[in-house]
Amino acid sequence: MMEAVVVPMEHGLLLAGFLFVIGLLGVMARRNVIFILMSLEIMLNACGLAFIVAGSAHGEADGQVMFMIILTIAAAEVVVGLGLVLQARRRFRTLDIDQASQLGG
Amino acid sequence: MNLILFYLAAAISLGSTIMAVTRYNPSHGLIYLIISLLASAIIFYLLGAPFAAVLEIVIYAGAIMVLFVFVIMMLNLGARGDETEHRWLNPAMWIGPSVLCVLLLGEVVYILLQTQQTLTGAAISPKAVGLELFGPYVLAVEISSMLLLAGLVGGYHLGRRFLVDARSGWVPDEADQ
Repeated sequence: MMEAVVVPMEHGLLLAGFLFVIGLLGVMARRNVIFILMSLEIMLNACGLAFIVAGSAHGEADGQVMFMIILTIAAAEVVVGLGLVLQARRRFRTLDIDQASQLGG
Repeated sequence: MNLILFYLAAAISLGSTIMAVTRYNPSHGLIYLIISLLASAIIFYLLGAPFAAVLEIVIYAGAIMVLFVFVIMMLNLGARGDETEHRWLNPAMWIGPSVLCVLLLGEVVYILLQTQQTLTGAAISPKAVGLELFGPYVLAVEISSMLLLAGLVGGYHLGRRFLVDARSGWVPDEADQ
């Protein structure tokens, strides 16, 4: 087993923060539903990275357990999200999320 | 040497993620996203989490991204989609959110730079993760299985050919099927 690197903890957390903000920006700025779902995946992945970094900082396995739970959530979320994309495409004829405004949002 | 690997993988991860959310074509964005996830897997391995690295490749870059590829293939967007994206992604649309996000990022950076702690540098074996997972966290495993079941039922329901709107009697026309 290779020895793990010894980087400052804040560098790992900074990377997770940068990735999360990129994903947040994608959710807010894009109108294409597929890109919004991809940005959600980026945000969940950034959360997982933060858990791994924290687990590595404390030398505990809990971080990886939380990462696996996030992975499960991401899988369940993407299944429902992509199913909704297919239905929305059939109904609205577009991937523009602003067209789905029947609730007055 | 491993330090260089870490920062290189971090740079690749950041760059490809930025590329992924700024592409016009969904399939191009998807390829960049896969590269970003692979870079994350390398980072996980370097941080001493080999099991998480394998899961990242098998489930994220494998299963979830393949799901995206299937949906993009089913939607069959074609060249027309690029022009629409050009129209949708005008600067007036993204400058406001970008400024707000960068402000938030500045706060995060400022807070994180207050702390000083290095990682332990000890690798955590899959065995330790498994013992933890089926020891204190066994309830979380059960909840995850319920969540996956809910996802399965939801995916089956939403993935059907069409859903008839019971209230308005909405039915998709034949050309769409």
